[in-house]
Amino acid sequence: MFRRLDSDGGKLVQVTINGEPVQARRGETVAAAVLAQGLTHTRTTPVSGAPRAPLCLMGVCYECLMVIDGRPNQRACMETVREGMRIECQQGAGEAG
Amino acid sequence: MIKTHYPLVIIGAGPAGLAAASVAAGQGIEVALFDQQSAPGGQIYRGIESVSAQRAEQLGADYRRGGELVRAFRSSGAQYFPDTRVWSLTPGREIGLLQQGRAQMLTADQVLIAGGAMERPVPFPGWTLPGVMNAGAGQILFKAHGIVPADGVVLAGSGPLLLLLAWQYLHAGVEVQALLDVTPMVNHLSALPRLPRALLARHYLTQGLFYKRDLKRARISTLHNISELRAHGDARLQSVSFRHRGRRERLETELLLVHFGVIPATQLTQVAGCRHDWDAGQQCWRPRLDAWGQTSVAGILAAGDCAGIGGARAAEHAGRLSALQALHALGRLDTASRDRLARQDRQWMQEDLHIRPFLESFFRISDAMLQVPDDDTLVCRCEEVSAGAIRAAAAQGHLDSNQVKFLTRCGMGPCQGRQCAQAVGHIIAEASGKTVAETGHYRERPPVNPLTLAQLAALYPEECE
Amino acid sequence: MKADVVIVGGGLMGFSTALHLALRGSRCVVLEKDTPGRHASGVNAGGLRQLNRHPAEIPLAVVAAEAWHHIRELVDSDCDARFPGQVRVAENAADMEKLEQRAALVQSLGYRHEELIGRDELYRLVPALAPHCVGALICRGDGYARPFHALTAFRTKACSLGVHYQHSTRVERVEQGGGDWRVESTRGEFQAPVLVNCAGAWANAIAAMLGEPVPLTPGAPMMMVTERLPHFIDPVVGAASRKLSFKQMHNGTLLIGGAHLARLDLQRESTEMNWRKLAVSARTVLALFPQLLDVRIVRTWAGVEAFMPDHIPVIGPSSTAPGVFHAFGFSAHGFQLSPVVGRILAELILDGHSELPVAPFSIQRFAA
Repeated sequence: MFRRLDSDGGKLVQVTINGEPVQARRGETVAAAVLAQGLTHTRTTPVSGAPRAPLCLMGVCYECLMVIDGRPNQRACMETVREGMRIECQQGAGEAG
Repeated sequence: MIKTHYPLVIIGAGPAGLAAASVAAGQGIEVALFDQQSAPGGQIYRGIESVSAQRAEQLGADYRRGGELVRAFRSSGAQYFPDTRVWSLTPGREIGLLQQGRAQMLTADQVLIAGGAMERPVPFPGWTLPGVMNAGAGQILFKAHGIVPADGVVLAGSGPLLLLLAWQYLHAGVEVQALLDVTPMVNHLSALPRLPRALLARHYLTQGLFYKRDLKRARISTLHNISELRAHGDARLQSVSFRHRGRRERLETELLLVHFGVIPATQLTQVAGCRHDWDAGQQCWRPRLDAWGQTSVAGILAAGDCAGIGGARAAEHAGRLSALQALHALGRLDTASRDRLARQDRQWMQEDLHIRPFLESFFRISDAMLQVPDDDTLVCRCEEVSAGAIRAAAAQGHLDSNQVKFLTRCGMGPCQGRQCAQAVGHIIAEASGKTVAETGHYRERPPVNPLTLAQLAALYPEECE
Repeated sequence: MKADVVIVGGGLMGFSTALHLALRGSRCVVLEKDTPGRHASGVNAGGLRQLNRHPAEIPLAVVAAEAWHHIRELVDSDCDARFPGQVRVAENAADMEKLEQRAALVQSLGYRHEELIGRDELYRLVPALAPHCVGALICRGDGYARPFHALTAFRTKACSLGVHYQHSTRVERVEQGGGDWRVESTRGEFQAPVLVNCAGAWANAIAAMLGEPVPLTPGAPMMMVTERLPHFIDPVVGAASRKLSFKQMHNGTLLIGGAHLARLDLQRESTEMNWRKLAVSARTVLALFPQLLDVRIVRTWAGVEAFMPDHIPVIGPSSTAPGVFHAFGFSAHGFQLSPVVGRILAELILDGHSELPVAPFSIQRFAA
């Protein structure tokens, strides 16, 4: 769905996305990193289990809620990637997986 | 270190906030600027400090203007606190902040809210599918991260930003499958009377024509006057359908970027108790302001797009005017000095705003779209409340946004109504035969950014029952 | 407009009264100055609590609990009522002694709904609780409902029985004239031989018009609600020596109250959160549920309630004005009592007396 324009775009940061090791870019938001990686959804909803992905990328839609380093309900678009960060899709109300 | 009191606090590091901070610090008062992002620029100039020369070129001249603003701000002496979220603002100018996971309270004599705007959320069938995003989100990925659509993209909606993004993508080598313009034909007529005034700010018009020319040359398919936009797919977007020239058409795509204009983000002004009015021309709620940006609450001002949509340049001027007023209120400038220093910005702002009535009219979103005709379309994304459920609640006599919220849970999810407020207002208005102004809006309450129990508990560790 | 009864206040008390009167054939008018559920009735914690009531309220609460367990029969809706029970937790021996005394008191009054439980039973019921607790008082029949749904149900049923309801209608004057009460409002004049004051935090304005002002203090207890969490607790939780009302709603959100008051401007009908006290509330929750450290609060609010100095309501006939009845001052715990209050008012109005003991609630207790 998305690709990076510059292949030389700065320092690499090692993270895991749903257990898979991924190289993100320093300064990237978690949402950008997961979209660049080709993730199709960031969470499933608590009400119906429907898959959702980021809508606004500026912190006002709360669709990009993910489990980051074991903490649920983090807005991925408001968090910057960090070395060793564990990023997981959120299933429903605050659970990882 | 954030202090417990400042003469002037500015919230938001977009053009209004940056310009205001530079002016205020330039006059020697202590000013703190808080912004939730890691770097200055707001949304419009997002990534301006880290963008490569090549990307800046792709983004256009308007974007590069932000560089000047940020440089002036950096050397102004204003205290800058990025990665800082405001979660509370009281009429008494007590501010709740969250920085590095720690909550703290501070006060200010003058507060300038410059939190900007957000894209107008307009629900349509399938809009919650992964693969449907806002055009602004596409811009953020591009500006701040150099990330663009890989397999083509369909753009849909109405507004200058859509055109700009198409042009930016074109110059970055992105395949724009189509630009689906929902601007109703009738808008061309209704906007005509505002054209003469718009010509006074004709650089906007020529800019738009320039973008259109490039798109045409590149043979980017632009379909006008489309309606009944729908997104289709199982777990993700697979195609987009719409009505064009009387026929239903379908496009296969995995990415749809939509844009239906921008509206002020009013959470802070609401929570601070400021009065708001429904602006029928801009189709949005905005805080009631005087000529200096002062709200109905003493000591609280608002400037830039959070006060009403005026665009990035008008935001700069408004920011400076508000800063001058704040300086005056703080006793730093007498009335004559304030007025003298304000003259140029006021003139430029007025000139810049000449374009607005035309743009508002031309890109007006139809009531039909805003009222979400399809009953199955989800209006509240968080709580998954459909347009039909909201209409039913209104039919049962629940005739304002808050009552409908209590009954259906729309607006009670994580986004606290940001994505559904507008649509709910329009649906209830239509169902009840009232105006949107009469149906009111959700009651905003703090925290406007989430706060954990631990963060709250640590805010006043000594306090007893 | 002429009616049998004019009721001032369109909250739960007003509509419960209207409903019970209408069920017995009275023609009622309900006048509400704002919109439905705008104040206490719409935004309270929804607690259906018999536990730890003032002794005078116990007989009413027990009857009300029965009504809530069958609320569908009264208002054609279950109001989303659930009954996982409520516990009042003892964290140490001193707390436990307090609870033992309370249990003894309730038993001495002839009631069995409050039960002492020890550590084992407490942790069987509330495994999520921090490990230091020693026991609790429990009322297994307690629970919670959704206040706005309840209000809507009472209102809808009442209106379906012919009750005339007007919102955005503020009462400005009440006057006696020719055996009737004449009520002048911002939207019309109403006349009836009987007037009922269910005006909540504004009830004293009405009482004063009738020459019987009372020491009513409006107050705005603060509430917090969190993001949704996976289900981890059933009963509603209170604590013996802390201000706490804590429950996990069916949708997974946590609703936290505790009677800490917001700053209130009654004139503007606006409230401002007192973050100092909310911080205490948060600390209290974490003392009992430390695993909730990172749970996020998404919203706070405070509804306007009417507090009486002895924390029990005013229910009963006016002391100065014939044909006038009061039901207000529920001091932040009226929700559960609402079905029975309406019944009592209907009995007082139509039969001249109630089967339930209402003497302790008389307005006369404030007479100078």
